[in-house]
Amino acid sequence: MEVKNKIGFLNSGIGQKVTMALTGLFLCIFLIVHLTGNFQLFHHDSGLAFNEYAVFMTTFPPIKFVSYGLYAMILYHAFKGLHLAYKNTKARPVKYQVEKASANSPWTSRYMGVLGTIILVFICTHMSNFWWEYHNGPIPLTKYETSLVNGTMTASTYVGEIAGKKLEYNNADNTLHTVIIKDLYVVVAEAFHNIGLVILYVLAMAALGFHLVHGFQSSFQTVGFNHVRYTKVIQAIGIYVFGIAIPIAFAAMPIYFYLLSIHLI
Amino acid sequence: MKFTLQIWRQANNKAQGKMVDYQIDNINANMSFLEMMDVLNDQIIRKGEEPVAFDHDCREGICGMCSMHINGRAHGPLKLSTTCQLYMRNFTDGETITIEPFRAKAFPVLKDLIVNRGAFDNIQAAGGFISVSTGQVKDANNIPINKEDADMAFYAAACIGCGACVAACKNASASLFVSAKVSQYALLPQGQTERNERVLAMVNQMEVEGFGSCTNTGACEAECPKGISISNIARMNRDYISAAISAK
Ligand code: HEM
Ligand code: FES
Repeated sequence: MEVKNKIGFLNSGIGQKVTMALTGLFLCIFLIVHLTGNFQLFHHDSGLAFNEYAVFMTTFPPIKFVSYGLYAMILYHAFKGLHLAYKNTKARPVKYQVEKASANSPWTSRYMGVLGTIILVFICTHMSNFWWEYHNGPIPLTKYETSLVNGTMTASTYVGEIAGKKLEYNNADNTLHTVIIKDLYVVVAEAFHNIGLVILYVLAMAALGFHLVHGFQSSFQTVGFNHVRYTKVIQAIGIYVFGIAIPIAFAAMPIYFYLLSIHLI
Repeated sequence: MKFTLQIWRQANNKAQGKMVDYQIDNINANMSFLEMMDVLNDQIIRKGEEPVAFDHDCREGICGMCSMHINGRAHGPLKLSTTCQLYMRNFTDGETITIEPFRAKAFPVLKDLIVNRGAFDNIQAAGGFISVSTGQVKDANNIPINKEDADMAFYAAACIGCGACVAACKNASASLFVSAKVSQYALLPQGQTERNERVLAMVNQMEVEGFGSCTNTGACEAECPKGISISNIARMNRDYISAAISAK
Protein backbone atom coordinates (compact mmCIF):
# COMPACT_ATOMS: atom_id res chain seq x y z
CA MET A 1 0.00 0.00 0.00
CA GLU A 2 1.35 3.39 -0.90
CA VAL A 3 1.53 5.77 2.04
CA LYS A 4 0.74 9.35 1.36
CA ASN A 5 1.20 11.24 4.59
CA LYS A 6 1.48 14.50 2.69
CA ILE A 7 -0.46 16.53 5.19
CA GLY A 8 1.79 15.83 8.15
CA PHE A 9 0.69 15.18 11.71
CA LEU A 10 0.59 18.76 12.96
CA ASN A 11 -1.34 20.00 9.94
CA SER A 12 -3.96 17.28 10.13
CA GLY A 13 -7.25 17.85 11.92
CA ILE A 14 -6.43 15.02 14.33
CA GLY A 15 -2.93 16.32 15.05
CA GLN A 16 -4.19 19.82 15.75
CA LYS A 17 -6.94 18.48 17.98
CA VAL A 18 -4.31 16.48 19.88
CA THR A 19 -2.41 19.69 20.59
CA MET A 20 -5.69 21.28 21.74
CA ALA A 21 -6.34 18.34 24.02
CA LEU A 22 -2.85 18.33 25.53
CA THR A 23 -2.81 22.08 26.14
CA GLY A 24 -6.38 21.84 27.50
CA LEU A 25 -5.38 19.09 29.94
CA PHE A 26 -2.34 21.09 31.01
CA LEU A 27 -4.67 24.03 31.69
CA CYS A 28 -6.84 21.69 33.79
CA ILE A 29 -3.82 20.78 35.92
CA PHE A 30 -3.00 24.48 36.20
CA LEU A 31 -6.53 25.10 37.49
CA ILE A 32 -5.95 22.71 40.37
CA VAL A 33 -2.63 24.36 41.28
CA HIS A 34 -4.11 27.84 40.98
CA LEU A 35 -7.10 26.91 43.10
CA THR A 36 -5.04 25.34 45.89
CA GLY A 37 -2.84 28.42 45.98
CA ASN A 38 -5.80 30.76 46.05
CA PHE A 39 -7.27 28.98 49.05
CA GLN A 40 -4.69 30.99 51.02
CA LEU A 41 -7.14 33.86 50.57
CA PHE A 42 -9.43 32.22 53.11
CA HIS A 43 -6.79 32.19 55.88
CA HIS A 44 -7.70 34.63 58.62
CA ASP A 45 -4.25 36.18 58.69
CA SER A 46 -4.78 39.58 57.05
CA GLY A 47 -3.46 38.04 53.84
CA LEU A 48 0.03 37.04 54.97
CA ALA A 49 -0.09 33.47 53.62
CA PHE A 50 -1.55 34.64 50.31
CA ASN A 51 1.06 37.37 49.90
CA GLU A 52 3.89 34.96 50.69
CA TYR A 53 2.43 32.60 48.10
CA ALA A 54 2.30 35.40 45.50
CA VAL A 55 5.97 36.18 46.07
CA PHE A 56 6.88 32.52 45.79
CA MET A 57 4.94 32.06 42.54
CA THR A 58 6.52 35.08 40.89
CA THR A 59 10.11 34.63 42.01
CA PHE A 60 10.87 30.90 42.26
CA PRO A 61 12.63 30.22 38.91
CA PRO A 62 11.06 26.83 37.96
CA ILE A 63 7.58 28.24 38.58
CA LYS A 64 8.36 31.38 36.61
CA PHE A 65 9.56 29.17 33.79
CA VAL A 66 6.38 27.06 33.83
CA SER A 67 4.24 30.17 34.00
CA TYR A 68 5.63 31.47 30.69
CA GLY A 69 4.86 28.08 29.19
CA LEU A 70 1.36 28.43 30.61
CA TYR A 71 0.79 31.85 28.98
CA ALA A 72 1.97 30.43 25.67
CA MET A 73 -0.35 27.45 26.01
CA ILE A 74 -3.36 29.62 26.82
CA LEU A 75 -2.68 31.70 23.72
CA TYR A 76 -2.06 28.64 21.59
CA HIS A 77 -5.15 26.81 22.88
CA ALA A 78 -7.38 29.86 22.41
CA PHE A 79 -6.23 30.80 18.93
CA LYS A 80 -5.97 27.26 17.62
CA GLY A 81 -9.41 26.48 19.05
CA LEU A 82 -11.00 29.49 17.37
CA HIS A 83 -9.08 28.78 14.16
CA LEU A 84 -10.33 25.17 14.07
CA ALA A 85 -13.87 26.28 14.89
CA TYR A 86 -13.71 28.78 12.02
CA LYS A 87 -12.25 26.21 9.61
CA ASN A 88 -14.98 23.76 10.57
CA THR A 89 -17.70 26.22 9.62
CA LYS A 90 -16.13 26.24 6.13
CA ALA A 91 -16.70 22.49 5.80
CA ARG A 92 -20.43 23.22 5.41
CA PRO A 93 -20.70 26.25 3.11
CA VAL A 94 -24.48 25.92 2.60
CA LYS A 95 -26.25 25.66 5.96
CA TYR A 96 -29.39 23.68 6.70
CA GLN A 97 -32.68 25.59 6.80
CA VAL A 98 -33.76 23.40 9.71
CA GLU A 99 -31.23 21.83 12.03
CA LYS A 100 -32.14 19.97 15.19
CA ALA A 101 -28.73 19.58 16.74
CA SER A 102 -30.21 19.40 20.24
CA ALA A 103 -31.54 15.96 19.32
CA ASN A 104 -28.10 14.49 18.82
CA SER A 105 -25.50 16.37 20.86
CA PRO A 106 -25.13 18.28 24.15
CA TRP A 107 -25.03 22.07 23.70
CA THR A 108 -21.75 22.38 25.59
CA SER A 109 -20.06 20.40 22.82
CA ARG A 110 -21.39 22.77 20.17
CA TYR A 111 -20.50 26.05 21.89
CA MET A 112 -16.88 25.40 22.89
CA GLY A 113 -15.69 28.40 20.88
CA VAL A 114 -18.22 30.74 22.51
CA LEU A 115 -17.51 29.40 26.00
CA GLY A 116 -13.78 29.64 25.30
CA THR A 117 -14.12 33.24 24.15
CA ILE A 118 -15.89 34.16 27.40
CA ILE A 119 -13.03 32.50 29.28
CA LEU A 120 -10.50 34.42 27.17
CA VAL A 121 -12.16 37.75 27.93
CA PHE A 122 -12.13 36.77 31.58
CA ILE A 123 -8.44 35.78 31.50
CA CYS A 124 -7.54 39.18 29.99
CA THR A 125 -9.55 41.07 32.63
CA HIS A 126 -8.18 38.89 35.39
CA MET A 127 -4.56 39.28 34.28
CA SER A 128 -4.85 43.05 34.01
CA ASN A 129 -6.61 43.30 37.39
CA PHE A 130 -4.06 41.34 39.35
CA TRP A 131 -1.09 40.11 37.35
CA TRP A 132 -0.36 43.44 35.68
CA GLU A 133 -1.05 45.38 38.88
CA TYR A 134 1.21 43.10 40.90
CA HIS A 135 4.09 43.43 38.47
CA ASN A 136 3.71 47.07 37.43
CA GLY A 137 1.13 48.83 39.53
CA PRO A 138 1.53 50.69 42.79
CA ILE A 139 0.92 47.88 45.27
CA PRO A 140 0.66 48.85 48.96
CA LEU A 141 3.15 47.32 51.36
CA THR A 142 2.02 45.71 54.57
CA LYS A 143 4.14 45.01 57.61
CA TYR A 144 3.31 41.81 59.49
CA GLU A 145 4.90 41.55 62.93
CA THR A 146 4.69 38.18 64.62
CA SER A 147 5.78 37.73 68.17
CA LEU A 148 8.13 34.79 68.49
CA VAL A 149 7.17 34.58 72.15
CA ASN A 150 3.40 34.08 71.98
CA GLY A 151 2.70 33.93 68.22
CA THR A 152 0.39 36.95 68.06
CA MET A 153 0.50 38.81 64.81
CA THR A 154 -0.28 42.41 63.93
CA ALA A 155 -0.54 43.86 60.46
CA SER A 156 -0.07 47.51 59.57
CA THR A 157 0.40 49.58 56.47
CA TYR A 158 4.07 50.19 55.75
CA VAL A 159 4.98 53.56 54.37
CA GLY A 160 8.28 53.53 52.57
CA GLU A 161 10.02 51.35 50.01
CA ILE A 162 11.69 47.96 49.95
CA ALA A 163 13.89 46.32 47.35
CA GLY A 164 11.95 43.49 45.70
CA LYS A 165 8.61 42.12 46.82
CA LYS A 166 9.43 41.05 50.35
CA LEU A 167 11.70 41.94 53.23
CA GLU A 168 11.99 39.66 56.23
CA TYR A 169 14.00 40.00 59.45
CA ASN A 170 14.05 39.26 63.18
CA ASN A 171 14.80 41.86 65.83
CA ALA A 172 18.08 41.71 67.77
CA ASP A 173 16.83 39.56 70.66
CA ASN A 174 14.83 37.20 68.42
CA THR A 175 11.41 37.98 69.89
CA LEU A 176 9.77 39.63 66.90
CA HIS A 177 9.60 38.39 63.31
CA THR A 178 8.82 41.08 60.75
CA VAL A 179 7.70 40.60 57.16
CA ILE A 180 7.21 43.60 54.89
CA ILE A 181 5.57 42.43 51.72
CA LYS A 182 3.66 43.60 48.65
CA ASP A 183 0.02 43.29 49.66
CA LEU A 184 -1.80 41.66 46.78
CA TYR A 185 -4.41 40.41 49.23
CA VAL A 186 -5.77 43.89 49.83
CA VAL A 187 -5.83 44.56 46.06
CA VAL A 188 -7.90 41.40 45.59
CA ALA A 189 -10.18 42.17 48.52
CA GLU A 190 -10.86 45.70 47.29
CA ALA A 191 -11.35 44.73 43.65
CA PHE A 192 -14.27 42.56 44.68
CA HIS A 193 -16.13 45.43 46.31
CA ASN A 194 -17.22 46.03 42.74
CA ILE A 195 -20.38 43.98 42.14
CA GLY A 196 -19.91 44.23 38.34
CA LEU A 197 -16.56 42.51 38.56
CA VAL A 198 -17.98 39.86 40.89
CA ILE A 199 -20.72 39.10 38.36
CA LEU A 200 -18.19 38.87 35.51
CA TYR A 201 -16.11 36.42 37.53
CA VAL A 202 -19.07 34.25 38.44
CA LEU A 203 -20.32 34.14 34.83
CA ALA A 204 -16.84 33.33 33.58
CA MET A 205 -16.61 30.44 36.04
CA ALA A 206 -19.94 29.12 34.77
CA ALA A 207 -18.53 29.28 31.24
CA LEU A 208 -15.39 27.48 32.42
CA GLY A 209 -17.52 24.77 34.02
CA PHE A 210 -19.49 24.16 30.84
CA HIS A 211 -16.29 24.28 28.75
CA LEU A 212 -14.85 21.52 30.88
CA VAL A 213 -18.00 19.39 31.14
CA HIS A 214 -17.41 18.72 27.46
CA GLY A 215 -13.70 19.51 27.21
CA PHE A 216 -12.21 17.30 29.89
CA GLN A 217 -13.67 14.04 28.61
CA SER A 218 -13.30 15.16 25.01
CA SER A 219 -9.55 15.55 25.35
CA PHE A 220 -9.22 11.90 26.36
CA GLN A 221 -11.25 10.81 23.35
CA THR A 222 -9.07 13.01 21.13
CA VAL A 223 -5.83 11.41 22.24
CA GLY A 224 -7.41 8.02 21.64
CA PHE A 225 -8.44 6.99 25.13
CA ASN A 226 -11.85 5.36 25.14
CA HIS A 227 -12.57 2.50 27.49
CA VAL A 228 -15.77 0.69 28.42
CA ARG A 229 -15.38 1.45 32.12
CA TYR A 230 -12.77 4.19 32.57
CA THR A 231 -14.37 6.58 30.09
CA LYS A 232 -17.36 6.79 32.45
CA VAL A 233 -15.00 7.67 35.31
CA ILE A 234 -13.37 10.37 33.18
CA GLN A 235 -16.77 11.76 32.23
CA ALA A 236 -17.79 11.89 35.88
CA ILE A 237 -14.56 13.68 36.83
CA GLY A 238 -15.16 16.13 33.97
CA ILE A 239 -18.66 16.92 35.17
CA TYR A 240 -18.34 16.88 38.95
CA VAL A 241 -14.77 17.96 39.55
CA PHE A 242 -13.90 20.21 36.60
CA GLY A 243 -17.40 21.19 35.58
CA ILE A 244 -18.89 21.89 39.00
CA ALA A 245 -16.57 21.77 42.04
CA ILE A 246 -13.58 23.72 40.70
CA PRO A 247 -15.57 26.56 39.09
CA ILE A 248 -17.70 26.91 42.25
CA ALA A 249 -14.59 27.03 44.43
CA PHE A 250 -13.10 29.77 42.22
CA ALA A 251 -16.39 31.69 42.16
CA ALA A 252 -16.54 31.50 45.95
CA MET A 253 -13.58 33.92 46.20
CA PRO A 254 -15.11 37.04 44.61
CA ILE A 255 -18.39 36.24 46.36
CA TYR A 256 -16.60 35.91 49.72
CA PHE A 257 -14.88 39.28 49.37
CA TYR A 258 -18.04 40.96 48.18
CA LEU A 259 -19.99 39.64 51.17
CA LEU A 260 -17.17 40.80 53.46
CA SER A 261 -17.32 44.26 51.91
CA ILE A 262 -21.02 44.62 52.61
CA HIS A 263 -20.53 43.14 56.10
CA LEU A 264 -22.71 40.10 55.48
CA ILE A 265 -20.01 37.77 56.76
CA MET B 1 -52.58 11.36 6.46
CA LYS B 2 -51.76 14.72 4.96
CA PHE B 3 -48.60 16.77 5.02
CA THR B 4 -47.02 20.00 3.88
CA LEU B 5 -43.61 19.20 2.43
CA GLN B 6 -40.87 21.79 2.13
CA ILE B 7 -38.30 20.36 -0.23
CA TRP B 8 -34.95 21.65 -1.48
CA ARG B 9 -35.13 21.96 -5.27
CA GLN B 10 -31.96 22.56 -7.25
CA ALA B 11 -31.82 21.90 -11.00
CA ASN B 12 -28.15 20.93 -11.10
CA ASN B 13 -24.82 21.31 -9.37
CA LYS B 14 -24.33 24.89 -10.53
CA ALA B 15 -27.90 26.14 -10.12
CA GLN B 16 -29.20 28.20 -7.24
CA GLY B 17 -31.52 26.07 -5.13
CA LYS B 18 -34.50 26.94 -2.96
CA MET B 19 -37.12 25.40 -0.70
CA VAL B 20 -40.42 24.64 -2.46
CA ASP B 21 -43.71 23.79 -0.71
CA TYR B 22 -45.86 20.81 -1.71
CA GLN B 23 -49.16 19.57 -0.29
CA ILE B 24 -49.77 15.87 -0.15
CA ASP B 25 -52.88 13.97 0.94
CA ASN B 26 -54.16 10.40 1.32
CA ILE B 27 -50.89 9.05 2.62
CA ASN B 28 -51.10 5.67 4.31
CA ALA B 29 -49.45 5.69 7.75
CA ASN B 30 -47.62 2.47 6.90
CA MET B 31 -45.96 3.82 3.79
CA SER B 32 -42.22 4.28 4.04
CA PHE B 33 -40.86 7.80 3.63
CA LEU B 34 -39.55 6.92 0.18
CA GLU B 35 -42.97 5.56 -0.86
CA MET B 36 -44.46 8.85 0.20
CA MET B 37 -41.86 10.56 -2.00
CA ASP B 38 -42.90 8.26 -4.88
CA VAL B 39 -46.52 9.31 -4.41
CA LEU B 40 -45.44 12.94 -4.42
CA ASN B 41 -43.38 12.50 -7.59
CA ASP B 42 -46.31 10.77 -9.25
CA GLN B 43 -48.42 13.80 -8.39
CA ILE B 44 -45.73 16.18 -9.70
CA ILE B 45 -45.26 14.24 -12.94
CA ARG B 46 -49.03 14.27 -13.60
CA LYS B 47 -48.84 18.06 -13.43
CA GLY B 48 -46.12 17.95 -16.05
CA GLU B 49 -43.41 19.18 -13.71
CA GLU B 50 -39.94 17.86 -12.90
CA PRO B 51 -40.05 15.18 -10.16
CA VAL B 52 -37.91 15.51 -7.04
CA ALA B 53 -34.60 13.70 -7.57
CA PHE B 54 -33.54 11.59 -4.60
CA ASP B 55 -31.12 8.71 -4.07
CA HIS B 56 -32.34 5.25 -3.14
CA ASP B 57 -31.54 1.68 -3.99
CA CYS B 58 -32.17 -1.27 -1.67
CA ARG B 59 -35.01 0.26 0.33
CA GLU B 60 -34.19 -2.15 3.10
CA GLY B 61 -31.66 -0.22 5.11
CA ILE B 62 -28.45 -1.80 3.85
CA CYS B 63 -27.13 0.17 0.90
CA GLY B 64 -26.92 3.61 2.46
CA MET B 65 -28.12 5.49 -0.62
CA CYS B 66 -31.23 7.19 0.77
CA SER B 67 -29.62 10.41 2.00
CA MET B 68 -32.13 12.99 3.20
CA HIS B 69 -32.05 15.54 5.97
CA ILE B 70 -35.59 15.44 7.34
CA ASN B 71 -36.90 17.95 9.89
CA GLY B 72 -33.38 18.96 10.77
CA ARG B 73 -32.01 15.43 11.25
CA ALA B 74 -30.07 13.04 9.06
CA HIS B 75 -32.59 10.36 7.96
CA GLY B 76 -35.32 11.98 10.04
CA PRO B 77 -36.46 11.60 13.63
CA LEU B 78 -36.21 7.85 14.09
CA LYS B 79 -33.15 6.40 15.83
CA LEU B 80 -31.02 3.74 14.12
CA SER B 81 -32.87 4.14 10.86
CA THR B 82 -32.20 5.04 7.25
CA THR B 83 -34.77 7.11 5.34
CA CYS B 84 -36.14 4.02 3.62
CA GLN B 85 -36.82 2.46 7.03
CA LEU B 86 -38.69 5.52 8.24
CA TYR B 87 -42.49 5.27 8.11
CA MET B 88 -45.13 7.95 7.85
CA ARG B 89 -46.57 6.77 11.18
CA ASN B 90 -43.44 8.33 12.69
CA PHE B 91 -44.94 11.74 11.81
CA THR B 92 -48.13 13.44 12.93
CA ASP B 93 -51.01 14.09 10.58
CA GLY B 94 -50.95 17.61 9.13
CA GLU B 95 -47.29 18.14 10.02
CA THR B 96 -44.94 20.27 7.93
CA ILE B 97 -41.91 18.22 6.95
CA THR B 98 -38.73 19.83 5.65
CA ILE B 99 -36.51 17.75 3.39
CA GLU B 100 -33.00 18.89 2.51
CA PRO B 101 -29.96 17.23 0.97
CA PHE B 102 -27.03 16.22 3.20
CA ARG B 103 -24.91 19.36 3.46
CA ALA B 104 -21.14 19.35 3.32
CA LYS B 105 -18.48 20.95 1.18
CA ALA B 106 -17.25 17.42 0.43
CA PHE B 107 -20.77 16.30 -0.62
CA PRO B 108 -21.75 18.67 -3.45
CA VAL B 109 -25.42 18.66 -4.42
CA LEU B 110 -25.92 17.14 -7.88
CA LYS B 111 -29.64 17.68 -8.15
CA ASP B 112 -32.42 18.33 -5.60
CA LEU B 113 -31.75 15.85 -2.76
CA ILE B 114 -28.95 13.93 -4.48
CA VAL B 115 -25.42 14.60 -3.32
CA ASN B 116 -22.13 13.22 -4.59
CA ARG B 117 -20.61 11.07 -1.88
CA GLY B 118 -17.63 10.13 -4.06
CA ALA B 119 -15.37 11.56 -1.34
CA PHE B 120 -16.11 8.41 0.68
CA ASP B 121 -15.06 6.23 -2.24
CA ASN B 122 -11.79 8.16 -2.54
CA ILE B 123 -11.08 7.58 1.15
CA GLN B 124 -11.80 3.87 0.78
CA ALA B 125 -9.62 3.68 -2.32
CA ALA B 126 -6.77 5.35 -0.42
CA GLY B 127 -6.45 2.50 2.06
CA GLY B 128 -9.70 0.88 3.08
CA PHE B 129 -8.71 -2.58 1.93
CA ILE B 130 -6.26 -5.40 2.54
CA SER B 131 -3.66 -6.18 -0.11
CA VAL B 132 -3.74 -9.93 -0.72
CA SER B 133 -2.27 -12.04 -3.44
CA THR B 134 -5.08 -14.13 -4.77
CA GLY B 135 -4.46 -17.86 -4.84
CA GLN B 136 -5.94 -20.90 -3.23
CA VAL B 137 -8.80 -20.26 -0.86
CA LYS B 138 -7.42 -20.81 2.62
CA ASP B 139 -9.19 -22.48 5.48
CA ALA B 140 -11.07 -19.75 7.33
CA ASN B 141 -9.95 -21.14 10.67
CA ASN B 142 -6.24 -20.89 9.89
CA ILE B 143 -6.07 -17.56 11.65
CA PRO B 144 -7.56 -17.70 15.13
CA ILE B 145 -9.57 -14.59 16.00
CA ASN B 146 -10.84 -13.72 19.43
CA LYS B 147 -14.66 -13.63 19.46
CA GLU B 148 -14.80 -10.18 21.04
CA ASP B 149 -12.47 -8.71 18.40
CA ALA B 150 -14.44 -10.38 15.66
CA ASP B 151 -17.65 -8.88 17.04
CA MET B 152 -16.15 -5.42 17.34
CA ALA B 153 -14.76 -5.60 13.82
CA PHE B 154 -18.18 -6.67 12.66
CA TYR B 155 -19.90 -3.75 14.39
CA ALA B 156 -17.45 -1.39 12.67
CA ALA B 157 -17.99 -3.14 9.34
CA ALA B 158 -21.73 -2.58 9.70
CA CYS B 159 -21.09 0.96 8.38
CA ILE B 160 -23.01 1.37 5.13
CA GLY B 161 -21.25 4.59 4.13
CA CYS B 162 -24.51 6.53 4.02
CA GLY B 163 -22.96 9.83 5.12
CA ALA B 164 -25.37 10.53 7.99
CA CYS B 165 -22.38 11.14 10.27
CA VAL B 166 -21.14 13.90 7.99
CA ALA B 167 -24.65 15.30 7.58
CA ALA B 168 -25.29 15.42 11.33
CA CYS B 169 -21.88 16.73 12.40
CA LYS B 170 -21.73 20.47 12.95
CA ASN B 171 -18.27 20.37 11.37
CA ALA B 172 -19.27 18.05 8.51
CA SER B 173 -16.55 15.72 9.73
CA ALA B 174 -16.19 12.24 8.26
CA SER B 175 -14.44 10.87 11.33
CA LEU B 176 -17.06 8.25 12.19
CA PHE B 177 -17.08 6.80 8.67
CA VAL B 178 -13.30 6.77 8.34
CA SER B 179 -12.81 5.37 11.83
CA ALA B 180 -15.24 2.53 11.12
CA LYS B 181 -13.38 1.67 7.94
CA VAL B 182 -10.04 1.85 9.75
CA SER B 183 -11.28 -0.16 12.71
CA GLN B 184 -12.79 -3.06 10.80
CA TYR B 185 -9.24 -3.99 9.79
CA ALA B 186 -7.36 -2.69 12.82
CA LEU B 187 -9.27 -5.18 14.96
CA LEU B 188 -8.42 -8.22 12.86
CA PRO B 189 -5.13 -10.05 12.36
CA GLN B 190 -5.40 -9.66 8.58
CA GLY B 191 -5.36 -5.91 8.95
CA GLN B 192 -2.14 -5.66 10.97
CA THR B 193 0.49 -5.63 8.22
CA GLU B 194 -0.83 -2.45 6.65
CA ARG B 195 -2.29 -0.93 9.81
CA ASN B 196 -0.06 2.16 9.93
CA GLU B 197 -0.09 2.83 6.21
CA ARG B 198 -3.86 2.43 6.07
CA VAL B 199 -4.69 4.92 8.77
CA LEU B 200 -2.22 7.48 7.41
CA ALA B 201 -3.54 7.14 3.86
CA MET B 202 -7.20 7.28 4.83
CA VAL B 203 -6.86 10.19 7.25
CA ASN B 204 -4.87 12.09 4.63
CA GLN B 205 -7.52 11.51 2.03
CA MET B 206 -10.20 12.60 4.50
CA GLU B 207 -8.32 15.91 4.86
CA VAL B 208 -7.92 16.32 1.12
CA GLU B 209 -11.65 15.88 0.55
CA GLY B 210 -12.43 18.93 2.69
CA PHE B 211 -14.31 17.43 5.63
CA GLY B 212 -14.18 19.31 8.94
CA SER B 213 -12.35 18.01 12.00
CA CYS B 214 -13.90 16.15 14.91
CA THR B 215 -14.93 18.01 18.07
CA ASN B 216 -16.39 14.96 19.81
CA THR B 217 -19.98 16.22 19.90
CA GLY B 218 -21.23 12.66 19.42
CA ALA B 219 -23.86 13.75 16.88
CA CYS B 220 -22.56 11.16 14.38
CA GLU B 221 -23.03 8.24 16.74
CA ALA B 222 -26.51 9.47 17.69
CA GLU B 223 -27.63 9.73 14.04
CA CYS B 224 -25.85 6.69 12.62
CA PRO B 225 -28.43 4.22 11.30
CA LYS B 226 -26.09 1.37 12.20
CA GLY B 227 -25.18 2.61 15.69
CA ILE B 228 -21.44 2.80 14.97
CA SER B 229 -19.69 3.84 18.20
CA ILE B 230 -17.39 6.84 18.52
CA SER B 231 -14.99 4.54 20.33
CA ASN B 232 -13.91 3.80 16.75
CA ILE B 233 -12.85 7.45 16.42
CA ALA B 234 -10.68 7.09 19.52
CA ARG B 235 -9.12 3.99 17.90
CA MET B 236 -8.50 5.87 14.65
CA ASN B 237 -6.89 8.77 16.52
CA ARG B 238 -4.76 6.36 18.55
CA ASP B 239 -3.64 4.54 15.41
CA TYR B 240 -3.03 7.78 13.55
CA ILE B 241 -0.92 9.20 16.38
CA SER B 242 1.11 6.04 16.68
CA ALA B 243 1.49 5.69 12.90
CA ALA B 244 2.55 9.32 12.59
CA ILE B 245 5.24 9.04 15.24
CA SER B 246 6.50 5.69 14.01
CA ALA B 247 6.41 6.43 10.28
CA LYS B 248 9.16 4.66 8.42
C1 HEM C 1 -8.44 27.58 31.81
C2 HEM C 1 -8.89 27.66 30.65
C3 HEM C 1 -9.20 26.52 29.69
C4 HEM C 1 -9.21 25.17 29.90
C5 HEM C 1 -8.87 24.42 31.18
C6 HEM C 1 -9.59 24.55 28.64
C7 HEM C 1 -9.70 23.20 28.44
C8 HEM C 1 -10.11 22.60 27.27
C9 HEM C 1 -10.17 21.21 27.01
C10 HEM C 1 -9.75 20.10 28.00
C11 HEM C 1 -10.64 21.03 25.74
C12 HEM C 1 -10.90 19.71 25.03
C13 HEM C 1 -9.92 19.43 23.94
C14 HEM C 1 -10.42 18.31 23.07
O1 HEM C 1 -11.60 18.26 22.76
O2 HEM C 1 -9.62 17.45 22.66
C15 HEM C 1 -10.89 22.31 25.20
C16 HEM C 1 -11.40 22.55 23.94
C17 HEM C 1 -11.60 23.80 23.40
N1 HEM C 1 -11.21 25.00 23.96
FE1 HEM C 1 -10.53 25.26 25.83
N2 HEM C 1 -9.82 25.52 27.72
C18 HEM C 1 -9.58 26.74 28.32
C19 HEM C 1 -9.64 27.99 27.73
C20 HEM C 1 -10.05 28.21 26.42
C21 HEM C 1 -10.04 29.49 25.79
C22 HEM C 1 -9.59 30.79 26.43
C23 HEM C 1 -10.54 29.29 24.52
C24 HEM C 1 -10.79 30.23 23.37
C25 HEM C 1 -10.91 31.46 23.32
C26 HEM C 1 -10.83 27.90 24.38
C27 HEM C 1 -11.36 27.34 23.25
C28 HEM C 1 -11.57 26.00 23.07
C29 HEM C 1 -12.21 25.43 21.92
C30 HEM C 1 -12.77 26.18 20.71
C31 HEM C 1 -12.23 24.04 22.13
C32 HEM C 1 -12.82 23.00 21.22
C33 HEM C 1 -11.76 22.53 20.30
C34 HEM C 1 -12.29 21.45 19.44
O3 HEM C 1 -13.15 20.69 19.90
O4 HEM C 1 -11.81 21.35 18.31
N3 HEM C 1 -10.50 27.26 25.55
N4 HEM C 1 -10.55 23.27 26.14
S1 FES D 1 -32.31 2.78 0.15
FE1 FES D 1 -30.74 1.43 0.76
S2 FES D 1 -30.46 2.05 2.81
FE2 FES D 1 -32.17 3.22 2.24
